[in-house]
Amino acid sequence: MAPSIAQTPPPADWRDLVALTKPRVMSLVVFTGLCGLLAAPVTLPPVLGFTAILCIALGAGAAGALNQWYEADLDAKMRRTANRPLPARRMDRQTALHFGVGLSAFSVILMDLATNHLAALLLAVSILFYVLVYTVWLKRRTAQNIVIGGAAGAFPPLIGWVAATGSIQMLPVLLFAIIFLWTPPHFWALSLFVRSDYAAAKVPMLPVVAGIENTRLQIFLYSLALAASAVLPYALSLTGYLYGFSAAVLSAIFVGLAGMVFANRADQPSEMGPEKRLFGFSILYLFALFAVLVVDRWIAA
Amino acid sequence: MSLLPEEELLKRQRERARLMAWLLGAFVILLFLITVAKIGLHK
Repeated sequence: MAPSIAQTPPPADWRDLVALTKPRVMSLVVFTGLCGLLAAPVTLPPVLGFTAILCIALGAGAAGALNQWYEADLDAKMRRTANRPLPARRMDRQTALHFGVGLSAFSVILMDLATNHLAALLLAVSILFYVLVYTVWLKRRTAQNIVIGGAAGAFPPLIGWVAATGSIQMLPVLLFAIIFLWTPPHFWALSLFVRSDYAAAKVPMLPVVAGIENTRLQIFLYSLALAASAVLPYALSLTGYLYGFSAAVLSAIFVGLAGMVFANRADQPSEMGPEKRLFGFSILYLFALFAVLVVDRWIAA
Repeated sequence: MSLLPEEELLKRQRERARLMAWLLGAFVILLFLITVAKIGLHK
């Protein structure tokens, strides 16, 4: 006998399926992927460029959906994530799993059809890295979760470049390194003022495991490494003066804000102004750095 | 998971079906344009 409509799980609202893809995170992924594509020395026909960026966005969305499928129990324990579709019980887990796996396969196949095998392979690796290495393996086990897992978020400019050129060169590798080194100070600044959330969910974020002072030191050290990697494209003559000057100024501000975080001794979130400022600026930093890179490359071309 | 009234379930199904139809239509157009662009690249 066919199940009645009341016995079958309610179909998920399409807005909840969109929420599974973490649209806010996706905006940064799409932007950096687009910058990788636009900075490349080869110009793709617009429809192929659009499809490449669409695939990067869908791949990131699929990884986000699989992350939420696996972490529904963790998300339920944190204020910031408790209203997501799975912890709020607006959707069953199987729907999220099918949606994530289906979208992953679709994005990789479409990338392969529209661009090239290497770009599709990199997209598949980035999805698998985020889901298997970061979400399943590292996140609940080590305080270095963000450091190694950050590589997943560093793939988009590399994929964008490879979609256009079909090969990996020095500049997109440096763009990968910039996002890789940007991720720890960005997330650790956030984790300092939402530390109680992570502690309640038993996620071993650095402030929970190693303490606030040590986290502030690590943020400062990583900001120095980030600044060095940000000016490297200019130092290696891969970009022009505009990028070199902008990278130096933006990185100096970043290091300055990280220095203020390092100097802060407060342990209450309400007194963590420097951490909140660094977190906010870090997003602007990445957007500005990549936008200037594209303008610089266009001027050079 | 909370039970929803039948009317709400049908509304959701209709919305999803309509959205899926639009997405499939867009996908067909996109595949056509990709094919045209790839042919242009290899000329």
